[in-house]
Amino acid sequence: MGKILVFAEQRDNEIKKIAFENLTLARTLAEKLNHEITTVLIGDQVKKAAGELGRYGAAEVLVCENPALALYQPESYAKVLAEAAKESGAAIILMGATLMGKDLAPRLAVRLGAALATDCIAVEPADGDLKIVRPMYAGKVRATIRLKSEVKILTIRPNVVMAVEDPKQAELKEFAADPGEIKTHVEEVISGSKDKLDVTEADTIVSGGRGLKGPENFHLITDLAKKLGAAQGASRAVVDAGWRPYEEQVGQTGKTVSPSLYIAVGISGAIQHLAGMSSSKCIVAINKDPEAPIFKVADYGIVGDLFEVVPKMIENL
Amino acid sequence: MNIAVCIKQVPDTETKVKISGDKKSVEESEINFILNPYDELAVEEALLLKEANGGDVTVISLGPDRVSSAIRSALAMGANKAIHIKTAAIPQDPMSTAAALAQVLKEGNYDLILLGKQAIDDDHQQMGPILAEKLEMPCANVVTVLEISGRKINARRQIEGGFEKVVCEMPAIITAQRGLNEPRYASLKGIMAAKKVVIEERTVELEEDNIEVLEINYPPEKPPGKIVGEGADAVPELIRLLREEAKVIS
Repeated sequence: MGKILVFAEQRDNEIKKIAFENLTLARTLAEKLNHEITTVLIGDQVKKAAGELGRYGAAEVLVCENPALALYQPESYAKVLAEAAKESGAAIILMGATLMGKDLAPRLAVRLGAALATDCIAVEPADGDLKIVRPMYAGKVRATIRLKSEVKILTIRPNVVMAVEDPKQAELKEFAADPGEIKTHVEEVISGSKDKLDVTEADTIVSGGRGLKGPENFHLITDLAKKLGAAQGASRAVVDAGWRPYEEQVGQTGKTVSPSLYIAVGISGAIQHLAGMSSSKCIVAINKDPEAPIFKVADYGIVGDLFEVVPKMIENL
Repeated sequence: MNIAVCIKQVPDTETKVKISGDKKSVEESEINFILNPYDELAVEEALLLKEANGGDVTVISLGPDRVSSAIRSALAMGANKAIHIKTAAIPQDPMSTAAALAQVLKEGNYDLILLGKQAIDDDHQQMGPILAEKLEMPCANVVTVLEISGRKINARRQIEGGFEKVVCEMPAIITAQRGLNEPRYASLKGIMAAKKVVIEERTVELEEDNIEVLEINYPPEKPPGKIVGEGADAVPELIRLLREEAKVIS
């Protein structure tokens, strides 16, 4: 019987939603492949959080605790995770396509001699192997690939799998967590304001473009986002113009997102923007130009002046 | 300071990607190739460091003949040395590219290896950390602020909704994220000087790819959307549809 290993990402001892999504995916794969699932949790005093993994079907959790691992430390996390993977004989390793996962997975791949598929949006067992779908060119095309190595590592894009509960009593096993030599030392995490959601993690995004005419009008986007509990995004044009910070940019040279709801306000829809957001489940476009390319990918559109439409939305929500 | 910048040539962001007949690759004939935008940031950062501390900036790129134009772009910005690792094609598996790059990088005794956080074509986003493991160097990945004093590096690495403050010692690997700097345009003088630099050509034995592309497809086409209406009057209907039809708001 093979093993699927799920890396349960945590920050501030809070398990990330992607861990529950990956446990849900692991359960589907485990059933089809007749595999078992092991979950690995790395940090300091993270045991308390481990129980939550049981809610999403983790029957066995390897808890790797060390004060030196409170923050993400690239070499140490890679070392401990590689040891856990070897010890458990994992054939498939699922991680999140998060900033931590994107740094950790390639390191793990080198240590395990494994191939790595990043930012996957679909995984399907086929002929004793895995068929993996991952976007390229920021989503302009999708490649179906397979990994030829014995151990396969996949990072899964957040929000693609819906986390489904399957309560189990998680059996916690302590696993030695020797941090080893730290070369890349993460000293401190500086969070932006707590209530500010990152676009890659958000289920709803409100993005603004050049149609807003100037940085002084972006309070409309902020207010609408607040009303919806959404993250705030921006087009490349407004980031290039210095109206909004880089972190908010959605598109090929910004962030690629797949939220449930994406509202594009005053964004015409340049090809490089569309590439970054067209896999969103529901897209709303608000633009005064009925010919704007954004309407081609939108599920719902309003043709009109955003300075009238957006305040009305804020008022009516 | 002896700096290497690993660069990749990629299709322009405005490119409409066309899938080739065998559905396993992308048509290259109509593509306008550019220097990967994130690598451009890496080149700029290397040049800023060279201007402050002296030394050499060597750009290194792997791929077929065509990638030499990306190398020339980096030279035109101000890099003064270049190595072209000539291969028939760019591997599908970044692990293969990394093995070849690591071989060449080892020989250069670089203090700093800079590269973009990802290439905007295959979007693997693996190269920095793979090189770090292979070369046993620290790697500050997805960096927006870089400060160097002596051999010590202080960097800010972007994470969801914030930053990690990363400290390491040279030799080290840094991958560039937007915000790090504003890449310069090549000057006419730079373009002329770039033409005089002899690009060192290297050949390597590539490892076998462990990623196999079975098929490339366009994303499924969406059914045409609905124009709900014009102006603010359409807002109540839009909100109703989002609640009742799409069920994406409560």
